[in-house]
Amino acid sequence: MSKASIHLTNKIESFFEEIGELSYFASRFFKELFSRPFEIKELLRQCYNMGNRSLLLVGVTGFILGLVFTLQSRPTLMQFGAESWMPNMVSISIVREIGPVIISLICAGKIGSGMGAELGSMRVTEQIDAMEVSGTNPFKYLVVTRILAATLMLPLLIVFGDAVALLGSAIVENLKGEVSFLLYFNQVAKALSYSDIIPATIKSIFFGFAIGVVGTYKGYNCKKGTVGVGEASNAAVVYTSMLLFIIDFIAVFIADIFFEV
Amino acid sequence: MDISKNTLPVLKIENLKKSFGDNHVLNGFSLELYKGENLVIMGKSGSGKSVMVKCLMGLMQHDSGTIEIMGNKISQLSQNELNSLRTQVGFLFQGSALYDSMTVRENLEFPLRTHPERLQQKEVLVEEALENVGLKHTVDLMPDELSGGMKRRVALARAIILKPKIIIYDEPTTGLDPITSKEIIQLMSDIQQKYGTSSLIITHDIDCARVIANRIILLIDGINYVEGDFVQLSKSIDKKIQAFFK
Repeated sequence: MSKASIHLTNKIESFFEEIGELSYFASRFFKELFSRPFEIKELLRQCYNMGNRSLLLVGVTGFILGLVFTLQSRPTLMQFGAESWMPNMVSISIVREIGPVIISLICAGKIGSGMGAELGSMRVTEQIDAMEVSGTNPFKYLVVTRILAATLMLPLLIVFGDAVALLGSAIVENLKGEVSFLLYFNQVAKALSYSDIIPATIKSIFFGFAIGVVGTYKGYNCKKGTVGVGEASNAAVVYTSMLLFIIDFIAVFIADIFFEV
Repeated sequence: MDISKNTLPVLKIENLKKSFGDNHVLNGFSLELYKGENLVIMGKSGSGKSVMVKCLMGLMQHDSGTIEIMGNKISQLSQNELNSLRTQVGFLFQGSALYDSMTVRENLEFPLRTHPERLQQKEVLVEEALENVGLKHTVDLMPDELSGGMKRRVALARAIILKPKIIIYDEPTTGLDPITSKEIIQLMSDIQQKYGTSSLIITHDIDCARVIANRIILLIDGINYVEGDFVQLSKSIDKKIQAFFK
């Protein structure tokens, strides 16, 4: 076998090994999730860190997203005399797809890389070993709480981000099209149905879970000292971003079957 | 401190083997640690001292051999039983391993969380442990506000807060200046006197070994190459032993 084919075989092997280890890691999460002791205090601390401390970033992103999206779409809709459809188009696009995906990607960068770096540095400085020798289960204390917090907080952040994005859009419409806020949000409420909101919310739960699992997996299994911490943080963002698109594709596919999108 | 070798050892390792691929780190290492004893393990960097300690604490799986802590074979214990046993063994990590997102107080309280009955007197226990290492005033500081020597002392306070029967020190003086090293060695000695603990000390610091060791084992090529007290070993004409005691 040539060097190139050996290299390729090794790459494929390590890819599937990684998938296997990640799956085992995720299954361990479910096993530990329902066993005592429940680390409620640490879970709340993580929820606060991930939720409250991401609000500004998500808010600014959502606001600019809604603002820019409306500004860019307006001229095209005006060509067809369809600017009155703006609230419908923006709200459906943001709630169904753009909001969850963009905000999840932002959170993958902030929360996922943070988890990778924090747990990675705890691993290389033996803090995780110190927890283990003190009789505490570090997987439960560090990993389960973080994955659960990400799974719970991401849908809330997405709802918040979507709302701010619609506000940004409403401001543009108010300034450019002289549409009142009341009229804008009335039209948004009419345009959105459960078939838009439910699949997006379910999808965002999976997005949160993916960010939590990949971020903690990369950090918890960090090797190679400080270089490894950087790699763990970087890999957490890259892998999570890829995974988010795959989950999104599957979610849209399934939603199409059940909700006739 | 009376060291009685007639009683059962509190810690026993028999024929421990551990390899990483073709690299055979431990090739049948054995030791026995008795109540009240200070046993020093010396070896060059990369000789497998830290691997041995990690196997001992169940942080790493060994390939073969047996490890007994207070009569319990660790390979036969469930995770809960192992966790319970671990609370009777204090561990001082080479890099202190303080949790850097927690204050000194929270660091010390952390091992108590698995002991609800002791958690009720956590204030007293934290104060006592910090008093033992002379750092009562640092209780509300974060680890990054402490010097290297202070971190090591806080880590020592965390290791003794549950009043363990055995304390394992992994390179307790590495990276410290000579004066701070002496202070740490003195603290180790004081704690051993006060609580009657048995200590397993992994080091390549000859001064540490001279002051504290009741017995020394040299770990060379993955086995216990030689065993004896400081005076015996320092008089040896074996070149491998001399390399440590020059």
